[in-house]
Order: sequence, then C-alpha cells, then structure tokens
Amino acid sequence: MTTTAAELREKPAKGKSNSDLIPGLAMGGAAFLLITLFVIGPFFAGIWYSFTNQRLISPNPTEFVGLRNYTRLLKLSVLPLEPLVDEASGEFLRDEEGNLVYPRSREFTRDAENYPQYAGLREWFNIDWGTTRYVILAGDPIFMRSLVNNFFFALVVIPLQTGIGLLLAVMVNQGIPGQNFFRTMFFAPVVTSMVVVATVWRYLYDVNNGLINEMLGSLTFGAIGSINWLGDPRVAMWAIIIMSVWQGAGFQMMLFVAGLQQIPEDLYEAAGIDGANGWQKFWNVTLPGLRNVMVFNFIIITIAAFQLFDQVLVMTNGGPDNATSTVIFHMFRVGFREQDIAYASTIAVVFFLIILFINFIQRRVTMEGGS
Amino acid sequence: MQFRRIPQWIIVCLLIGAALIAGCSTPNQSAQPAAESAAEPATETTAPQAAPQESSAETTGKVQLGLWTHSAGNPDELAVIQEWVNRYNASQDQYEITIEAFPQASYNDSVAAAAVAGSLPCIIDLDAPTVPNFAWSGYIQPLPLTEADVAEMGVLSADVGRYNGQIYSLGQFDVALNIFARKSVLEQYGIRVPTLDEPWTKDEFMAALDALKASGEFEYPLDVNAGYTGEWWAYAYSPWLQSFGGDLIDRSTYLTAEGVLNGPEAVAFGEWFQSLFSEGYAPATPADDQGFLQGRIALWYTGSWAAQTVVDAYGDDALFLPPPDFGHGPKIGAGSWQMGVTTNCSPEATPGAVEFVISTMSPENIALMSEASSLIPTTRAAAALTEDYKPGGRFEIFYDMAERFAVVRPETPGYLTISNQFEQALLKIRDGGNVQDALDDAVDAINQDIEDNGGYGFK
Repeated sequence: MTTTAAELREKPAKGKSNSDLIPGLAMGGAAFLLITLFVIGPFFAGIWYSFTNQRLISPNPTEFVGLRNYTRLLKLSVLPLEPLVDEASGEFLRDEEGNLVYPRSREFTRDAENYPQYAGLREWFNIDWGTTRYVILAGDPIFMRSLVNNFFFALVVIPLQTGIGLLLAVMVNQGIPGQNFFRTMFFAPVVTSMVVVATVWRYLYDVNNGLINEMLGSLTFGAIGSINWLGDPRVAMWAIIIMSVWQGAGFQMMLFVAGLQQIPEDLYEAAGIDGANGWQKFWNVTLPGLRNVMVFNFIIITIAAFQLFDQVLVMTNGGPDNATSTVIFHMFRVGFREQDIAYASTIAVVFFLIILFINFIQRRVTMEGGS
Repeated sequence: MQFRRIPQWIIVCLLIGAALIAGCSTPNQSAQPAAESAAEPATETTAPQAAPQESSAETTGKVQLGLWTHSAGNPDELAVIQEWVNRYNASQDQYEITIEAFPQASYNDSVAAAAVAGSLPCIIDLDAPTVPNFAWSGYIQPLPLTEADVAEMGVLSADVGRYNGQIYSLGQFDVALNIFARKSVLEQYGIRVPTLDEPWTKDEFMAALDALKASGEFEYPLDVNAGYTGEWWAYAYSPWLQSFGGDLIDRSTYLTAEGVLNGPEAVAFGEWFQSLFSEGYAPATPADDQGFLQGRIALWYTGSWAAQTVVDAYGDDALFLPPPDFGHGPKIGAGSWQMGVTTNCSPEATPGAVEFVISTMSPENIALMSEASSLIPTTRAAAALTEDYKPGGRFEIFYDMAERFAVVRPETPGYLTISNQFEQALLKIRDGGNVQDALDDAVDAINQDIEDNGGYGFK
C-alpha cells in the first residue's frame, strides 16, 4: 500500500497537476467556501477582536487596544495582609469566634493612589500562613473560578464516564436475554437533547419535591435529609456531574461494545486453555484489545467536558456563587448579556490555547504508550 | 478489519433518537416569567400572523410599513395590536401597516440581529430598559414629541422611553410591584393594613414579619421570588435600594455608580436584604412561586400581573399593599414594552410610523389593551374607560402606585451591565457574602464598562 501511495503522490509532478487542480477546486469549492466563511473566518476574527474594544451593538468605532483584554483576564497578584491590632493592648483583634480579624482586601484594590499595583484586581481566594493572610488577587476571579470548575469537572467525569461506559458495555455484551432492550435503554439519554435532559433533571433535583430527594429519603428512612442539589455551592457541581455522566455514558458504552466485538474469540479460548480466570481474561485480553477505543473515548470525553455549557445554563445559571460557572458559560455571559464581544473573544482565545495544550499532552502520552 | 452487518439494536437506537428529537421542539428554558411581561405566558407556538411587509407591495399606492411585536405567544395581546393597526389603516389612506409577530423568547435576538443587518421594519416594540441602548446605537429615532406633549397626553412618566433628553418610545401598559396579603391573616396577628398614604415603615414591616414568623403557621412570612433569575433582580429589588436612599447609578451624570451603589445607604439595604434570608424571613431558593397561593407563605412581593390569580385564590380576602417605606418613600419598578420608530424607516414612511405610535396612546386604544391583558393602562383617561382601573375599580390601586411610587430603571445604554452586575452582587449577598465587597465589585464593573464605552454618550 505505502509504495503505491508514494507513486501516486509523485506522478502529478510531471505536469498533470494543472488538469487535476481545477476540477479538484471546483468539487471542493463549496466546502472550502463554507469552511472559510464559518470556521476559518470567525477563528481569525475572534483573534482580532480580542485585541480591540469590539461591542455587540455600539455606535463607537472599533479601536485597537493592544493587550488590555488579556491583562484584565489573566492578571494575578498576591496581597499579604496582617491582622488588625488593638491599639490599646497591642494585641491582635479577634472576633466572637476567636478568629483573627483582617482588613478587607478591597480597601487595597480600590485604593489606586496608594496601591496602584493592585488596581482593578479582585479577591480570588486566600491562604493563611502563620498570622499573615495571603490574598490571591485576579483580574477576573470568575474566569479563574470557571477554569478551575472546568478542570474539576473534566477530572471527575473522564474516569467516571469511561468506567461506567465500559461496565455497561461488558454487561450488555454477555448475551444475556433482553440485552438489546438494555442497550437501547442505556443509549436513549445520548440521543435526547441535552436541554431536554437538563430541564427534566432540574425537576428531579428539586430540593422540596424532587424525585431524587424523595427516593434518598425513603430508601434511607429519612437518614439523608433533603439535599439542596442545585442551590448549595458544595454539591451543585456534583449534581451536574452525575447528570452529565448519566447522559453521556451510553455513548461510551456503544463504542466499547463495538470494540468488544472486534476482539477475536480465539484469544479468550487461548487464555482459557492457559488457565486464566475471568478477571485475568479481562485484564490481559479485554483491556488491551480495547486500547484504541479507550484512547478515542478519552479524547472525546475530554473535549466534551471542556465544552460544558447546556446543563449549566438550564440548571443553575452558573450559580450558586459561581460554583458551576464554566469558561464557556462565562464567555456567553460576557459576550451576550453584557455585549462585550472583545472580552469574550479574549476568553475564547485563551481557552483555545489551553485546550490545544491539553490535547498536545494527551497525544504525546497516548503515542508514547503505543510504541 | 472487517465491517459487520449493522446490529439491529443500533437501528432501534437511532429510530428512538429520531423520534425523540422530532417530538421535542425547542423547550422553554425560562421557567419563570420575565419581570416586565410575566402576564404573558411564553408559549412558543404561534407562527407569524401576517406576511412580511416587504412582500405585500400592493397596487393600492399606499406606503407599506412593517411592525414587529414580541406578542406571538399571546393571542389576546396580538389581537389588540392588530386592532390598533386596523383602526389606523382605516383612518387614513396614505400608509398601510402590517404586523409580524415573534415569540417573546427569541424576540430580542431577532431585533438585535435585524438591527445589525439593517433590516428592521419601521415600527418595533421594545422592552423599556433596552430603549436607551437602541437609541444610543442609532437603531431607533427620536419621536417629534416634547415633554410638554407627553404631559398633555397624560402618560405616566415612567412609560415614556427617554435617552439623553429626547423621547424615543411610548408604552401603553405597565405593571406595579406590590405585596399581596390576606386581610384575615393580618387581622389575626394584629398587623395594621398599610395604605398608599401611610405605608409600613421598615420597623413596622419587620415587626409584621416577626409576628408572622413567630406564629409558626407559615413556612416563611415572606416570598420575594428570590429564585427568579435575570432582569427580575434589578426590576424588583433596586426599588428597595432606592427606598433606602441608594441607587443603581448616579443619575445626575450617568457616569459612575461610586458612592451610590456602594455608599452607606446601599450597604444598609444589602445588610437588610441579607437578613431576609439569613434570619429565615424569606426562602432564598424557593422551588416555585406558589407559596402564597397555597397558603404556605403569608406575604408575597411580586408584580400586579399576579393580581387576578390572587383574587381567584382568595377572593375578597386578598389585599394589595404598597411596598414598605425604608426611609425615602415606597418605590416600585416601572417600564414595560414600548413602541418606537427605527432609523431604518424611509423618510416617506416615517411620518406614518410616528403617527401610528402616537395613535396607540389614545385612551380608547390603551383601554383596549388593558381590558384584554388586565395590565395597567398608562394614562388616567384610558384608566377611566376600563372596568378594573376606573375610579373605584378593583385594581385602581395599581394605577395609583404606578403614578406615585414608580422609579424608571436608569435610562442609560449601560443598563444591561448594571442589571447583570446588580444581580450578581445581590446573589452573593443572598448567599451570605460580604455586602460591601459585593457592591464594590458591582460598582467597579459598572464603572469600567461605562469607561470602556466612552461614557455611553453622556460625556
């Protein structure tokens, strides 16, 4: 095969290229045009906008503003705070619970005259070290929070969804009666629109009358009180993760089923003759046989995880307290609700670079593993 | 690698998928109504009622004008607009107006896209807080009306769309924020029924909440619809901020929110607002807005659009109370859908468009809308023609509130950001965040936005 392909490639160099070029371009023309118009064009427009002050609707002319948007988005700084001291006794002030009292970081970030280095920054989070409190300031703490949320979501969802997909695939590939029914059932959420699924789950998650709380309550005889799934910052992201995995695992299952059916039966027989038990067959035959599917699934879930948006928009609107805000959601909020297209483009460009980097790493890891 | 026959179960899956997709049209994402137009159920079915105006180049020689409205999902309201158009078309033989109706959920997007593409019709209806943004962007043109003209028409001041000293749009209906209560409940706990002249003071209001809370009869004393998202927050809670003495922006310049949205009055408001939830007076994330109607909650702060529902539930026991006076008098939000003329309208069509918009403000036309939608008419003369709002009518009090307490949302193109930032700040405050920090954050973001936009035309 490779030699013929090489021959084919060399042939047109002898002057045949011109006659191939025109029909080639003509046939590809529609696709080239559409791709240029809707993919390549917006891609470069986005990069350009990120260096301007472009608005969605505005009578003001678009101006080049250099790196202003990038500074606002990415600027980080550390502000060390010392606890307040009681002037009379010279000791640290303490509140009712005995905690040290610190000045508000806003007193520094809003005081551009005395602390120009902190101007325009806001508190992201803080770390206590001894009596000093280090406040990490960010130009756009919501973006930082969203980025962290995105990574958290991806880190939990990737193994969980791959694992559950594999489990389901093995289950529905055993030749048990009714397996087509189960395959269909597990796959049904995948083909349902995410907006529909999310709307339904919002009712399931309802804190007072939701089915999930009712079920947990009756299964544990009331030991688990009602959980405020979408209203509590600590659990809201988990609620979205559970629902997303439920929705997406069926797709991984289908790919794994296809992979399982490609593994030759002889290998299992050979392993059986060598005295391997079920576990050993799974570890030494099934998993290596699924390697390519696994890599493929891994990449797909990673991309989907970083695109997290629909569920957030429908179920939580990024809240509570930005606990479920994601980068794409933040971009949407800035670009459409506040009409700041330039800043939204900047977020898009930065996010693109981050995803590019992750995919690059993934590629390196999976390629090395293969050789 | 060989390809096998496609297994049957995959085909079944695909078929189910197709059926599901076909069965589910775009779902209505917003579970709760938008603040301004909650009286209109956001159904998503009705197709545009009339042909696009471009295609109807008839031989009558009349100048054709298009009108876009958000009322596709509301047949009653659309019928009234059609009636206005019919009356206008019949009244003269120079212009002919045709309507195109859109579902409300996608209306603003359609208008913004058409504006950028330069294909707006002559007349559009706009949500009041978006009027300055459209005016600043140059998509709608000022109406040839002076303040004296609208005063003579008797239009409630908040229902005139203004930007930078000019009048751009006129509104035929509005809603009023109020507190729904039950007479029997107030009597039982010895709570005075407030009047427009003597509303509850802050202390009285808190004492009433305490009494209701102590009774143990209710899950919560008060529902403020804190589970709604979007424009509701600025629409419903900024009047309280104003009653405390703060505001969303310094209205003398429209160039900064410093000291107004984060001054001591605003912080006092924020701390009080936080206490509503932290002290258990109101649910922070109510699952629905049925608490008052089902008797689980004693008082309900919401718009007059719910008045009919409340009357249906409680009959004569229902009370419509003015919001409390937190120091600077009771305040309520104002401004609903209004009509304006676009800059895309040709010079020969513009006089007709202007004439039509002014004609919708006749007492008869306004009354027609109020009768159909039960919303507040925007002139006294029109109110006199309606059953509910005429002197002695059962909803007359809402007109009085709109007249006496209404504060229009800041008439600046930057309102979109102000509203969004105010919501973010109040959400943080509701969830227990530091009040001063939350308000400072909002002020910084609003001021930065104003600066980025060259002062929005106010410099």
